[in-house]
Amino acid sequence: MRTYTPLRSKVLWSVVGWLVVFVFFFPVLWMWLEAFKTEPQAASSPPTIFFTPTLAEFQEVLSGDFPPFFINSAIASLVSTFLVLVLGLPAAYALAIRPVKRTQDMLFFFISTRFLPFAASLVPLYLLARDLQLLDNILALILIYTTINLPLGVWLLRSFLLEIPNDLFEAARVDGAAFRHEILRIVVPLIAPGLAATSLICLIFSWNEFFYAVNFTSSVAATTPIFLVGFISGRGLFYAKLAAAATVSSLPVLLAGWIAQKQLIRGLTLGAVK
Amino acid sequence: MKTGSSILRSVGIGGARDSAASISGRDAWARRLPLLPAFIYVFLVTQIPFVLTIYYSFFSWNLLKPGSFRFAGLDNYVTLVTDESVRTAVLNTVVLTVCVIGISVVLGMAVAMILNSEVFGKGLMRTLMIAPFLIMPTAGALIWKHTLLNPLYGLLPWVLSPIGLGRVDWVSRFPMATVVTVEVWRWTPFMMLIILAGLQSQNPEVLEAARVDGANGLQVFRRITLPLARPFIELGALLGSLFVVQTYDSIYMLTYGGPGEDTTNIPFLLYKVAFQGYSIGQASAIGVVAVIMTIIVATFALRTLLSIFQVEARR
Repeated sequence: MRTYTPLRSKVLWSVVGWLVVFVFFFPVLWMWLEAFKTEPQAASSPPTIFFTPTLAEFQEVLSGDFPPFFINSAIASLVSTFLVLVLGLPAAYALAIRPVKRTQDMLFFFISTRFLPFAASLVPLYLLARDLQLLDNILALILIYTTINLPLGVWLLRSFLLEIPNDLFEAARVDGAAFRHEILRIVVPLIAPGLAATSLICLIFSWNEFFYAVNFTSSVAATTPIFLVGFISGRGLFYAKLAAAATVSSLPVLLAGWIAQKQLIRGLTLGAVK
Repeated sequence: MKTGSSILRSVGIGGARDSAASISGRDAWARRLPLLPAFIYVFLVTQIPFVLTIYYSFFSWNLLKPGSFRFAGLDNYVTLVTDESVRTAVLNTVVLTVCVIGISVVLGMAVAMILNSEVFGKGLMRTLMIAPFLIMPTAGALIWKHTLLNPLYGLLPWVLSPIGLGRVDWVSRFPMATVVTVEVWRWTPFMMLIILAGLQSQNPEVLEAARVDGANGLQVFRRITLPLARPFIELGALLGSLFVVQTYDSIYMLTYGGPGEDTTNIPFLLYKVAFQGYSIGQASAIGVVAVIMTIIVATFALRTLLSIFQVEARR
């Protein structure tokens, strides 16, 4: 196995690796290529490989009925992420720095709610939303996404807080810093990476969420994935428009994930893997 | 062997930084206070609906028929056992989850090993590799369905036509295989990321020593790499299965549970029963069963999570 010279083995494994990566990345690349084509080019057989890129489909998507969906997604994701941080940071703080009895039960309680399937609460939540006139209201999605992401937020923020040396808090307490100041002045700057990781994970899950979005909204509060439902059984030429819409829809999470790759692993494993 | 509580203490889960016993009652409440808003919120939005789900599961109730709400005892659960489509959905859920997790763990392990060795452009490879996981699942599924797999205009049938596989309608002829493929495409990067983190935590000197001692590649893999990566593989597989069990987006987009019920899994069946059949009681019973299935998987997942925290704490 190790009879190759290091360089030959390096070249060999690089080629194998790049082939595998190409296969996995190809659907994304193809989506991008299709988005810059005209409709006839996008659905041609044999496929059009060389073409003059056009922004026509992007213009059509962005000037059509797409923007409200995108804005709804942004509101639902950003507000729910903000709520997760506001509710989750004090909770994580209590669980990490100032532990009480039953800390462990509390942690398990939080995480068990994340792994409760949506099937467990879908019907009552739907009936409740209906009775409160919250169907097709962005507020319903905000509240649900906050619930989905809060357990992750608490676990993740706690794992970052545990890394702060206890002496810092002791020093602050000796100084007589009030609890609120303690959080704002000491904790927040130190766990900026933790806040970033938590926001990223919340953003990914709420931006891409489909189940509640499709069943709780119809037109006014519908989010980006719902816009794509219109392409399920489209007739005629729509590939380029689909690809353009898919590209724009995926862009925020793709960029955020690429920029914060380090935080991604830690976030996905609830802080277990650094 | 460590006892459970000592494991917990070593990861700082149960343990207090200062002894909990020394905290006076009033102080304990002050310490608990920041926890309450999050706790109350999560409790209200998850636990009360769940209790209602259990409650509804003993009733027969069609949402479209006012006044149809009546006690039904165990009827909904009897239907679950006798109904063919429930059995199909359970089976489809198991097949989908086992295939997706199995295949994506193996592929993820392979890619992680390549990225952990000396190769050109590691960072860029990793960046491109995680894209499928970040793409919106509904968008990814539609790109696969239309631009890649469509028998007339898709890319894959054209690529495969020289070997006689052109014009195959993959989505309707092999619906489950299509859903599995799209989900594997999405979850392999997830597995790769977690396993790669595990591989990178191993000490390269151990590998060197093993080679100096004359171990071949296969031996190094079986005796050193695999045992070290194992907790990370388990973590990835279990976290992944908690998500894959709930697969809904790609089924909705690719096959809509069909043809017939060939790709209807539990979440999709629940959707059909609740929002197309409007049978609230029946849907609730399905929900209860889904929770029981999830608890079984989640128990293992949490145990694995704890063992990882333990490994991390020892470093």
